[in-house]
Amino acid sequence: MDPFFFRVVWALARRSLRGTLRRPQFIAPLVLFPSMFLAVNVGGLTRTTALPGFPKVSGFLDFQLAGAMTQSLLIGGVATGIATALEIEGGFFDRLVASPIPRVALVFGRLLATSVVAAGQITYFLVLGFVFGASVQGGVGGVLVVYLIGVVAGVGFGAIGQAIALRAKNASTVQGIFPLVLVVLFASSAFFPRKLLSSPVDTVARANPLSYIADGMRTPIIQGVGATSVTEGIVAAVLVVGGACGIALLALRGRLREA
Amino acid sequence: MAVDGIDLQVQPGEVYGFLGPNGAGKTTTVRMLVTLLRPTGGRATVAGFDVAREPQKVRRKIGVALQEAALDLLMTGRELMELQATLHGIPAKKVHARAEDLIARVGLSDAQDRRVGTYSGGMKRRLDLAMALIHAPEVLFLDEPTTGLDPTSRATLWDEVRRLKNDGTTVFLTTQYLEEADQLADRVGIISAGKIVAEGTPAALKAEVGRPHLDLCFDGDADVGRAREVLAGFGEVAASPADGVDLSIGVLEGSRAIAPVIRALDEAGIVVGRVELVEPSLDDVFAARTGSHLEGAGAAPAPGAATV
Repeated sequence: MDPFFFRVVWALARRSLRGTLRRPQFIAPLVLFPSMFLAVNVGGLTRTTALPGFPKVSGFLDFQLAGAMTQSLLIGGVATGIATALEIEGGFFDRLVASPIPRVALVFGRLLATSVVAAGQITYFLVLGFVFGASVQGGVGGVLVVYLIGVVAGVGFGAIGQAIALRAKNASTVQGIFPLVLVVLFASSAFFPRKLLSSPVDTVARANPLSYIADGMRTPIIQGVGATSVTEGIVAAVLVVGGACGIALLALRGRLREA
Repeated sequence: MAVDGIDLQVQPGEVYGFLGPNGAGKTTTVRMLVTLLRPTGGRATVAGFDVAREPQKVRRKIGVALQEAALDLLMTGRELMELQATLHGIPAKKVHARAEDLIARVGLSDAQDRRVGTYSGGMKRRLDLAMALIHAPEVLFLDEPTTGLDPTSRATLWDEVRRLKNDGTTVFLTTQYLEEADQLADRVGIISAGKIVAEGTPAALKAEVGRPHLDLCFDGDADVGRAREVLAGFGEVAASPADGVDLSIGVLEGSRAIAPVIRALDEAGIVVGRVELVEPSLDDVFAARTGSHLEGAGAAPAPGAATV
């Protein structure tokens, strides 16, 4: 592929990263909200590990870490969408469109930045977990799997946010999807084992890719690498990123056509 | 329909003023020419390339400063300039130097490492212009570049447009300010309700609706008949001047005629109490063609003008 494409993607990614780091109100929700949720869950629901059918874990924090990561990555996706929408509202997107750059770089530049932020989010929760006594049963390999699934899924969530922003063209609409994100998250096995969910949520959770992504990141932490759920997690993350990028590129095409 | 059958041609190296009231279709026209808006019909070429079929080639040739300075307020001026240079394919080794040159050219060297969010409106406009110039475009589009600016910032931008013209850059300038079009443009196109209603050099357009004249009022009981005789050689003396004016004389050379006229009257012992040069404006042209006046006509204070 044209080296200019990679140069432009990298330049746009650097700009997006700078923007994210210089806007604390964007960074804070990515970690604060899931951290508080994690603290409440771990503080009050520890006895659920004694329920019949609950997987064998060293501690409830180990189990909940993947849920917090998934939640954080989803909020990251919303933040990516809001940043894109603000760019459209402020006119900077027009400046980029009026530049002689490959159009798809508009999507991939920001997604590259999203992947870096996602890696940071994973790091934050792993460190938080280690500090409070969690451990990764899968060792270094397990940590790498968590990063792999987390970053790929994070990029996918970012692409969904971008697609919504490109269609809606305003930040308030993108922000409005946040409650929906929480509903989708709770209708998955991110915070509770799928086996212990009752109908109809268990049915929804079975079809919800977030379940596979969360379980894919959880298994290396509580069991180790090699389980089926890791493969399923990777496949789910890849499907999400593939589908979401496709939708984002279609949304970009539509936006450029109607511009 | 925002624009309807516009037909215009801008020559290389020309400053073309696109003048019209708010909502006339200026910005829509610019957005089509800079490939941000797809025309629903007709054909437009910029720098020899079709905007609909060869948009990428057009983008390489043009610089764009849109109506609202579209800047990322979280970045510094230097970061934005370097990003713009990269997007226009300037080699990595030259990015820094090119960005510094242009930042200096628009007088922002001291502020280049500050976030753009801290810049004043005039500074943002200058940065916007510098970004549009990063790749030395053949054609520069400036969409209402001085709207909302103070006279000093406006003067800086006007000077830069003149400099670009001297460098041979073609400038397509939209404005709602008559003074701006008059001062900067080689030719002016006046748009109203999506149609071009007049086009030509400012002087030619104004000549179509009238000629400049001097309105004179004399002190005391001056002999108007004698004054008429004295000034007969300077131009056509109006048979019936306007109310409150003693004598009105056509002067093709405009303001340069004032001093000789006053001197001649003084030598004849006629004391002039008040003299006013009345010139047709582009607003008169607009009024003659559309029957209405431009919104805010004359509202833009000229650079250096002061209100007392």
